[in-house]
Amino acid sequence: MNVLIGHYNYWIVIFLMMAGLYVVIAQGNLVKKIVGLNIFQASVFILFISMGKVEGGTAPIVTQGVSLYSNPLPHVLILTAIVVGVATTALALALVVRINEAYRSVEEDEIHEQDQSF
Amino acid sequence: MITQHLPILQVIVPLLTAPLCLLVQDRRFAWGVSLAASWTAFLIAALLLDQTLEQGVISYELGGWPTPWGIEYRVDTVNAFVLLIVAAISSVVLLFAQRSVAKEILFTRIPLFYTAYMLCLAGLLGITVTGDVFNLFVFMEISALSSYTLIALSEQRRALTAAYQYLFMGTIGATFILIGIGLLYMMTGTLNMQDLSQRLPAVTGTRTVETAFAFLTVGISIKIALVPLHLWLPNAYAYAPSVVSAFIAATATKVAFYVLLRFMFTIFGVSFAFKTMPLNFIFMVLALAAMFAGSTAAIFQDNIKRLLAYSSIAQIGYMILGISFASVTGLTAAILHLFNHALMKGALFLSLGCIVYRLGMANMEQMRGLGRLMPWTMAAFVIGGLSLIGVPLTVGFISKWYLVVGALERGWWPLAVAVLVASLLALVYVWRVVEVAYFQAPSPAHAGEIREAPRSMLLPTWALIIANLYFGIDTSLTVGVASQAARQLLGVSE
Amino acid sequence: MRPPIQPHNLVLRIAAKMLIPPILMFALYVQFHGETGPGGGFQAGVIFAAAFVLYALVFGIDLARAVATERVLSVLASLGMLLYIGVGLASLFAGANFLDYDVLAQERMEGQHLGIFLTELSIGMAVAAVMMIIFFAFAERGVRR
Repeated sequence: MNVLIGHYNYWIVIFLMMAGLYVVIAQGNLVKKIVGLNIFQASVFILFISMGKVEGGTAPIVTQGVSLYSNPLPHVLILTAIVVGVATTALALALVVRINEAYRSVEEDEIHEQDQSF
Repeated sequence: MITQHLPILQVIVPLLTAPLCLLVQDRRFAWGVSLAASWTAFLIAALLLDQTLEQGVISYELGGWPTPWGIEYRVDTVNAFVLLIVAAISSVVLLFAQRSVAKEILFTRIPLFYTAYMLCLAGLLGITVTGDVFNLFVFMEISALSSYTLIALSEQRRALTAAYQYLFMGTIGATFILIGIGLLYMMTGTLNMQDLSQRLPAVTGTRTVETAFAFLTVGISIKIALVPLHLWLPNAYAYAPSVVSAFIAATATKVAFYVLLRFMFTIFGVSFAFKTMPLNFIFMVLALAAMFAGSTAAIFQDNIKRLLAYSSIAQIGYMILGISFASVTGLTAAILHLFNHALMKGALFLSLGCIVYRLGMANMEQMRGLGRLMPWTMAAFVIGGLSLIGVPLTVGFISKWYLVVGALERGWWPLAVAVLVASLLALVYVWRVVEVAYFQAPSPAHAGEIREAPRSMLLPTWALIIANLYFGIDTSLTVGVASQAARQLLGVSE
Repeated sequence: MRPPIQPHNLVLRIAAKMLIPPILMFALYVQFHGETGPGGGFQAGVIFAAAFVLYALVFGIDLARAVATERVLSVLASLGMLLYIGVGLASLFAGANFLDYDVLAQERMEGQHLGIFLTELSIGMAVAAVMMIIFFAFAERGVRR
């Protein structure tokens, strides 16, 4: 029981990770795949952020009367990773826009068909 | 004074050039400044290699923060060697680039092309020079995102789907690496490579570290395009602009391979990676699969760029095979092949770039009789191909020789035989091109119009071909540095 | 390009006009408060860009483009990056390591202050510009089927 409840953050991470990967693999729509990739990346962000939590600690800003802080480093790392994620999403969507212009479709199998017939 | 700042300048010089290209928006300026920056980076890399050979490890603390807390740039023989080859290939490719880019990329996008190119170079150099695992992830994403852009700049529409596929595989790989880094940080509280390697032995028994190891191995294997995870590579190389194929094929997977070396040997250590975890066995099987599957697939390709892409997959197999020996000779062979393969693939893709410049495409059909129409270009291709096969007096022979010696040292003679047989497969696919180009009459449509490629493209191609021959004959630099790097990675003293 | 919201949508237009200045102010607050409290260039840049996005959505992209032209945005983005590297190189020329803020001013604390201010400013510029570039790139290139 303790494994289930005490580590709930990891269960959330694993669920999101698998859900994201499943969407990436199973969906044929290029835009939906990007959504899946985002969910997959978000799971890793949560993994890092939940790691920085210190029980009873507050936000890591120096104030009087507080001696226990959360670990700020994972947050900083994830800020960077989120920026990378935004860039990846923007680039992927831009590619989809151009694929749509070139193939008139955003469905994987239709695009594949057009490539084969050619 | 400036010499102590070389590790950071290595990254900053190309990184500074990228916004300049965007700011000025002039194709001539963009090309000139990129070329200058790349050659400066090459000079810095050469100085760094020289420094490490003389003084040992160079450490640089960013922002003056002391080592385990701040980001450290750390250069030893291994990454100095990788820096040198990456900067060298980039410089030669840029010399070649001006005309090829003008032909293959939309006029208005050319300054953007150089912006992305310099970002990619900065990312690759950054991955190599950094001593901090999170910094490594960030640079990996910089280089990866810019290389997706570079591939998508091609005018063929299949490049778009190839870039999309590469983006997905690359992002999943990078995210796996990020998970691995996170789990390591969870167990040790540090991101510095040196610090990690000291703290990890205390916690290696835990499942978290084993999971981190698995995530990192799979993530990096995607970036290297090791066989079951290679599917993004052929299309990405085949449909990218020629310059991009040459640059990325010769550097991106090599740098990812360096990352693998760094994680396996420096951070986790040989005894964990190869004794606690059965990595050598896994790598050996995958390497053999890569060598044979890659070469066999290459034989049946009609598009020459795709043929070379599959051959790259096979060559990655040789490098991984070298690692799986976990011996000084095996590792020397792997590092040598990293360097040598960059030279071969750079030369081959550049000569294909010349062909595409004249023909617009590089399929078997169009190659007919090209040996007579473009003699210098085809001669370069043939010598590059010989190097790929591993004929003596070329670099390909040197690295395969060390690989075979490494296999025999361990008493694994079937592996030595496998290397030789896989080389014969390389002979088959190179021969196919040679046969079409030299022994078939040129198609009448081409006969009048196809001339030799311009000199500004031939010279860089031949520069790499001559490097292929030179380092195949005078091996004192490459073998010396590679074996020293291998000893450093394994922690064996002289 | 999609047409802007119709002129008779007065509520939206007036609400947007009232909201945009506070959003810009808030972005500047987050930007310059970043040294001592939560905030910083990344967040501020995104908030700043959000004001422009809101403007473009309500009043049409052409009007927004009158200020945020492609050239202005790309210059802003590259200047941001150049400023960041410039700060690093300045400390390098002052005799310390790259991005060591201590040597940027006479006093160590002042140097830290100046260094963080400038790098956050550069990040804010670059992020705001890039977010707008991304928005406009998509908004102006819809394919309708």
